[in-house]
Amino acid sequence: MDITVNILLTIATAATPLLIAAIGELVVERSGVLNLGVEGMMIMGAVAGFGAGYLTGSPWIGLLAAIAMGALFSLLFAVMTLSLATNQVATGLSLTLLGLGLSGMMGTSFVGQPGERLPNLYIPVLTDIPVVGKLLFGQDPIFYISIALTAAVTWFLFRTRTGLTLRSIGDSHTSAHALGIKVIRYRYLAVIFGGACAGLAGGHLSLVYTPQWVENMSAGRGWIALALVVFASWRPWRVLAGAYIFGAVWIGQLHAQAFGIPVPSQMLSSLPYLATVVVLVLISRNKRLTMMNTPASLGQPFVPDR
Amino acid sequence: MGGTVSADHDGTNLLEVRGLTKIFGTLTACDHIDLNIAKGEIHALLGENGAGKSTLVKMLFGSLEPNAGEIFWNGQPVRITSPGAAKKLGIGMVFQHFSLFEALTAAENIALSLDDGSPISSIAAKARALSYSYGLPLDPESLVGDLSVGERQRIEIIRCLLQTPQLIILDEPTSVLTPQEADKLFETLERLRAEGKSILYISHRLEEVKRICDRATVLRHGKLVGHCNPREETAASLARMMVGNEVQAVVRAPVEGIETAAPLLEIRGLSRKPATPFSIPLKNISLNVRAGEVIGIAGVAGNGQGEFFESVSGEVQQQDAASVRIRGKDAGGLTITGRRLLGAAFVPEERLGHGAAPRMKLSENLLLSRHATDGKAFVGAGGMVKGAAVYAASQRIIEVMDVRKSAPDPEAAALSGGNLQKFIVGRELDRRPSVMVVNQPTWGVDAGAAAHIRQALIELSRSGSAVLVISQDLDELFEISDAIAVMHNGELSKPMPIAEATFEKVGLLMGGAEPGHAEHTMETA
Repeated sequence: MDITVNILLTIATAATPLLIAAIGELVVERSGVLNLGVEGMMIMGAVAGFGAGYLTGSPWIGLLAAIAMGALFSLLFAVMTLSLATNQVATGLSLTLLGLGLSGMMGTSFVGQPGERLPNLYIPVLTDIPVVGKLLFGQDPIFYISIALTAAVTWFLFRTRTGLTLRSIGDSHTSAHALGIKVIRYRYLAVIFGGACAGLAGGHLSLVYTPQWVENMSAGRGWIALALVVFASWRPWRVLAGAYIFGAVWIGQLHAQAFGIPVPSQMLSSLPYLATVVVLVLISRNKRLTMMNTPASLGQPFVPDR
Repeated sequence: MGGTVSADHDGTNLLEVRGLTKIFGTLTACDHIDLNIAKGEIHALLGENGAGKSTLVKMLFGSLEPNAGEIFWNGQPVRITSPGAAKKLGIGMVFQHFSLFEALTAAENIALSLDDGSPISSIAAKARALSYSYGLPLDPESLVGDLSVGERQRIEIIRCLLQTPQLIILDEPTSVLTPQEADKLFETLERLRAEGKSILYISHRLEEVKRICDRATVLRHGKLVGHCNPREETAASLARMMVGNEVQAVVRAPVEGIETAAPLLEIRGLSRKPATPFSIPLKNISLNVRAGEVIGIAGVAGNGQGEFFESVSGEVQQQDAASVRIRGKDAGGLTITGRRLLGAAFVPEERLGHGAAPRMKLSENLLLSRHATDGKAFVGAGGMVKGAAVYAASQRIIEVMDVRKSAPDPEAAALSGGNLQKFIVGRELDRRPSVMVVNQPTWGVDAGAAAHIRQALIELSRSGSAVLVISQDLDELFEISDAIAVMHNGELSKPMPIAEATFEKVGLLMGGAEPGHAEHTMETA
């Protein structure tokens, strides 16, 4: 029983950063912007989170620093793609490369240092309930934030006027502009939100998952988060489901390797990516669903004619 | 209304525009335009494509910033800096190329343009009530992507009306409607006028303008030609103001003995499943186009014309090779190039992106479409392009079709819509095809160029080719066709000889009436 609970807990811990980064990117893509820099923003968040936590001794300050760094880094992307209308794909890729390099440089003095870890939630009595207690009431704070974030984004996108406006911009920025909607302003806010989420996801890695700084510690999670958004056909709850499936695959391959299952480890490590490809093929078969949910102006730069 | 045709400050003008100018690079799109719109009038804005109508309207609606000039609203000088500011003043707009969001419902689309923050359900109820009161029934829950073009326009109009504007700008509103739907729209507009609202009506359909507009402002090449009362003008005199000289009338000599001529294009039981969730299936379409005739296909946009054109042109191939036959050979399984090699030529609806590659030069566009079909004319040994031959051929087309351009061999996107269309049609005509299929030959093309294109199509048919024209413009089809068939909901009616066809009959078929029951449905329509 304990083993099962522990496995479930590790799955949740593995899924949380994927979920948070993907939810942020979902909002960005719903506004019609494709930010491929998730991996870069995530690793910047991780290094800032670790650094601030290590220097101040407070993991909470580290958490705030991670969020701020993600947002700040995404601002760079926003200025480039929204104000200067650069190519989003190229800018996003360079953001990732920049983030990986810059974080490595910033983190040289942190390597091997003991980090601060955010404490898990502990509510007397509730957390002590066998089995479900630890699952529901004994996890790290970011886990709860990730679930709340999913619910909040769903509500925002599909229940509020602002969310509707954001979706309309993703569907057709020219139509939105013609209606007098401030396309660029909405997109700025969406991109910064996405950056903050990616930063938070990075902070989770260096403040909860493995409280230390290792270069390239995001290990491709930003890319999986990107794939998750498409995998979920831009629906928040499906992102959550996808994040947990991928988290399970991730943990599963670790356990499989530990048990010495005679499958090449590279094969297992490639599973999440393979699963993404398979799912992308499957969902593209339902054209109506894809068309209804895919932001039609995704990735197109918007330059209003004045 | 008569006698108020003056630019004076008499206090009844809702909108006054003085010396409005917009310059794009070296082009002066609007050159010191004056315009006055009184309260409670329908004011026509006339002009050919490229005359500056859209630019003027975009400045009034705040999507473009003028370089010079003044705008007065109720006598007060205003600066309209954004569409939002225009809406605040009370200016509403119904766009020609709709500004709707396909993945959202009608109610959500409407909610987006209202800033009052009321819940969607109440907006849906309001929209439904308003739409019925104006006789433009609308289901607020339907997804815009599923709706026909006519229904989409209703959403645009209802959305505009819900903002209770003082001035409503309609950009070419009837180009996507059946004659009956257009009548309905005119009733709505007259009712709005009676309510004291002003309407700026942009159109190039002169009969319409004569019918419903109180005054007209005519633009040509970005300059103001003058103001007039369209009711006192004839269609010919209005056209003269727009074009600057007489528009050449299209001449169509009657053909004889067409029944015995060989069918060069045969469509036999063509069916096609919907390709995307928002497209129309084709249902058992049969049609023969004989040597020497022009057959027109009428229909409201979005009734399967695009899907039909794709199937005939080979953009999409059929399972049944015999469902499309060109010059007696099964062509259903062939690609576009295969069908072209059989002697067919195709002009798609979309000029940029389909008919031509926008960022490539005209000569390169010529090479793209004809390198495979014109043998060794443009491509020599070892696949080397014969640049000089390509350039010469493109210049020949430019000359024959009178394409106006700013450089010897400009990029396709640098041409105005009408001039690019002339080039694309000319590129196909230049091959002397024995089967020519054209989708929307003169969509957005000015009157002079349209007449040129139409005449060229008729002449091609009279020289022994089969010509099939798909168009939403009934005037055009009546001008050039020897017989008209109507496409509705993926089905094609039997071609009606032009001598028997009337606007009324064709209009009813466009609306989906059964040919035999035409009289019945008329009363309820």
